[in-house]
Amino acid sequence: MKRTVFRSRWLPYALVLPQVAVTIVFFFWPAGKSLYLSLFKSPPFGGRDVFVGLDNFRSLLVDHEYYESVVNSFVFSGGVTVLSVALGLVVATLANQKIRGLGFYRTALLWPYGIAPAVAGIIFLFIFHPAYGVLPYFLSYVTAYEFNWLLKGWVAMTLVIAATAWTHLGYNIAFFLAGLQAIPESVMEAASVDGASPVRKFTSIIVPLISPVTFYLVVVNMVSSFFGSFGVIHAVTHGGPGGATEIMVYKAWKDGFIGLNLGSSATQSVILMAVVIGLTMIQFRFIEKKVTY
Amino acid sequence: MADARATTVGTDALAAPRVGTAERVAERRQRRFPWGSLVVHAVLLACVAVIAFPLYYAFVISTQEMSEVIQKPPRLLPSTYALENYAEAWRRSHMGRLLVNSTIVAVAVAVGKIAISMLSAFAIVYFRFRGSSLVFWMIFITLMLPIPVRILPTYEVIGNLGWLNSYAGLTVPLMASATATFLFRQFYLTVPNELAEAAQLDGAGPLRFLWSFLLPLSWANVAALFVVLFIYGWNEYFWPLLITNTEEMRTVVIGLERLIPRSGTELPTWNLIMAGAMMALLPPVAVILFMQRWFVKGLIESDK
Repeated sequence: MKRTVFRSRWLPYALVLPQVAVTIVFFFWPAGKSLYLSLFKSPPFGGRDVFVGLDNFRSLLVDHEYYESVVNSFVFSGGVTVLSVALGLVVATLANQKIRGLGFYRTALLWPYGIAPAVAGIIFLFIFHPAYGVLPYFLSYVTAYEFNWLLKGWVAMTLVIAATAWTHLGYNIAFFLAGLQAIPESVMEAASVDGASPVRKFTSIIVPLISPVTFYLVVVNMVSSFFGSFGVIHAVTHGGPGGATEIMVYKAWKDGFIGLNLGSSATQSVILMAVVIGLTMIQFRFIEKKVTY
Repeated sequence: MADARATTVGTDALAAPRVGTAERVAERRQRRFPWGSLVVHAVLLACVAVIAFPLYYAFVISTQEMSEVIQKPPRLLPSTYALENYAEAWRRSHMGRLLVNSTIVAVAVAVGKIAISMLSAFAIVYFRFRGSSLVFWMIFITLMLPIPVRILPTYEVIGNLGWLNSYAGLTVPLMASATATFLFRQFYLTVPNELAEAAQLDGAGPLRFLWSFLLPLSWANVAALFVVLFIYGWNEYFWPLLITNTEEMRTVVIGLERLIPRSGTELPTWNLIMAGAMMALLPPVAVILFMQRWFVKGLIESDK
């Protein structure tokens, strides 16, 4: 892999300059500033920052609302991940059969990926609409339970999870299909010869062999629903009802931009940084194992 | 994007994983499960229907009059008010401007990410220079610094640059891309060294080599990345919300939210909201449908 072919004193620096400039100005400097601000208390309308050490972290630790937003975040991204990865695997396994029209099915299952979670959220908002939505209407035949997301926190959570999972599903199906096509034909044939039923083949062969892909998708779906779901919350529930769908990302923005509590917002950003570093580490730890396809 | 050269390179690159199709077809002929595959088709079509339902429902509502929207039982068939609704939603949300902004942002972000990633990957692979691994790690670490970990400080930086409510502010800060850089680096490493040496013998400098050799070879990658990044740029919500506050600079995904009244006194016009949603989601979905070959390639290879 000896590759250095060209020589120039300045050219490589000029080539990396645009990327490095963007990285420093918009990533490293602001992230460093978040770290700095998390140790200070800043008056919202100017004035001098006061060093407070870990006070911002301490006050978050005892803040009941913050604790709730942490739980909400994990419920939300856990829900999205389980729903979209599990469904993705089942649907991809079905589509991976030797049947005609695989290309058609792949396209027909993949396109929701193009829809912004916020837009998907608005569509699901109407499907879940307590007065006019199609879902509460049909549920009212089954149960008298009032399926109202404006009043019941768990219904609102279900709404945003369903909308987000809908947009993630196609991505997962595409990955599972790529992974499934790499499972050797001979293994499946051997199972058939041994008289394994389709269900048995799924649980004993496909699930274990596809597990590196599954693991990868779990991490990716976790990260993207944890950090990429500001839009669906902002567009649909505004964190409500009663903070039931207020996830950490939304709260960090709200406390900073609406509440003008810069120190607390920066501290929440720092905690989010720890979460994303952890998740990225896990992802790259296992990336060597992601060799099945 | 889809010029003749791109198409051929794209086909070659995509044909590789499909080796063995002929054998599979032969096998399929040997062992037939007509009943089994009928069931599979039925189940798959049901899945397709379930996945398509929200979009179908949004479309249906967008064609109805308000009195039809609120009737019970819900009417699940399209009506005849499509034209009026779409025209009214277009007018109310200033859809023309929103779509132009989204297009500018999505294209600029995609092209910008590809361009600067291509350049830095080229420098990292084909030059030896002091700090090259530092650069590589800096680019890698951006993966761990999404917008939520730097909300207020980034806003402050944009403000200091005077970039609030500007296209520069909407696009430039999103242009760093670890994944695109890794993808190009990976691709350059598969290009035989002899090509660069031959080019050098013929007197081609590094930039000439990048432009006339590497770029034509990587069209398939560029197309695949473009599709994925275009969708990313179009659907970005947090960033435009953060740094724009005027009607003229809004992108369509955040402009849409404004169609929903938040005060209790105003009845939401759901047919118009759904018409707006349809217009906001159509461009990225159309891009997926028309460029799906590249899209799938881009998804799988860029690993997000």
